[in-house]
Amino acid sequence: MNQSSAPQTPGLVAATPSFAMLRTLSLVAGLSGLLVVLTYQITLPLIEENKRIAIERALFKVIPGAVSRRDFVATTQDIVPAGDGTDAGTLIYAGYDKQDRLIGVALEAAAQGYQDVIRILYSFDPSCQCIRGIQVLKMAETPGIGDKIAKDPVFQENFVELDARLKADGSALANDILMVKHGTKSEPWQIDAISGATISSRAVARMLNDSAQQMIPKIITYLDRLRDRGGEKE
Amino acid sequence: MSLPNQEETVTADTFLRGLWDENPVFVMLLGMCPVLAVTNSAINALAMGLATTFVLLCSSSLVSLFRKLIPKQVRIATYIVIIATFVTIVDYSIQAISLDLYNALGAFIQLIVVNCMILGRAEAYASKQRLGATFVNGLGMGVGFTIALLCLGGVREILGAGSLFGFPLFAENFQPWVVMILPPGGFFVLGGWLLLFNWYRQRRERKLMEQQGASAHGS
Repeated sequence: MNQSSAPQTPGLVAATPSFAMLRTLSLVAGLSGLLVVLTYQITLPLIEENKRIAIERALFKVIPGAVSRRDFVATTQDIVPAGDGTDAGTLIYAGYDKQDRLIGVALEAAAQGYQDVIRILYSFDPSCQCIRGIQVLKMAETPGIGDKIAKDPVFQENFVELDARLKADGSALANDILMVKHGTKSEPWQIDAISGATISSRAVARMLNDSAQQMIPKIITYLDRLRDRGGEKE
Repeated sequence: MSLPNQEETVTADTFLRGLWDENPVFVMLLGMCPVLAVTNSAINALAMGLATTFVLLCSSSLVSLFRKLIPKQVRIATYIVIIATFVTIVDYSIQAISLDLYNALGAFIQLIVVNCMILGRAEAYASKQRLGATFVNGLGMGVGFTIALLCLGGVREILGAGSLFGFPLFAENFQPWVVMILPPGGFFVLGGWLLLFNWYRQRRERKLMEQQGASAHGS
């Protein structure tokens, strides 16, 4: 251990070679910075592309029949096309069919699940005022139990036509979206829980209710703007 | 300091040691955190093994190149910076290759930084050996680590999900042992493999002793 320093400074073992330490650390830190920045620059477009593909794939899954999309941003009072410099707000993805008709609006929702925050994408169909599908974007639920919210066909059936009508004055949902015990679903706004995965099921219901209560009145108010692609000509 | 005597010449053993005699998982029990955490499916295990191998190879090589420049007072700091650099590179690369894989591996990619196998190689081997030997030894260790992870991931996926690399293996009425893909399953399967390895090793040593005769003390 001491062989390397002993021959150089026989009487001054305590004297640390500060210059050598400084030199090595700067060299290594510089090299490290260079490599990291280089990798970041190279992979950034690929990563962004991957993220875009992931969102798009989820989007076209929750809005069946959609062939194109346009992003909007819901600010506190308004819904405007995304990318106009006013990016502070919730993203809304509008999906259109071949004839450019609005067939669904996809939104992100999130809530605390059993282990970590669950993030989903769900779609709202203005023609039936209902939720048409959900797609889990990110979760850390227990494999084989809570993660059934993503795949379980019986649970997914809840979201084929989940009622999300508004009150007569359009301020909120007419009926709260609620989770009920497995096998006791009786109303179209209820979500039939997965047996054994109540916490994960309740998280889905809660995030849908929170997001829908807030966003759907806005979407209905500005539906025309979403329908004509925010005034954009393509 | 007579360097030539300390430095190892590259032989087949330099590579093979990592696979068997000094297998980082089954013999040295290093880097247990990713071993237990991400081996819930074969594909995750393979990806984690390859990522770790890449970091191990690159950081060991760099440490070996710089070994005469690194004062011993700051060696650990230097190793960690080097390792962290390659981990960041792997992190970005996996995101660029597949987001699904990145989400599955979660925080464990970043945690390669503190994988003691890699730091252990840098400290115990790369800092004393020439580049060639370091590279070969690192490759052996990396492959050994990957194989070990695959052994765990394969068994856990077969028992816990009834599939291997995502392909279903059993008929529909196979009831998967969900516990195997949960954290406790990692301990069960690791325990099983260690049992197997130690049993085999003891049997081999006993045979060796019998061959050498009763007078031998064995080793």
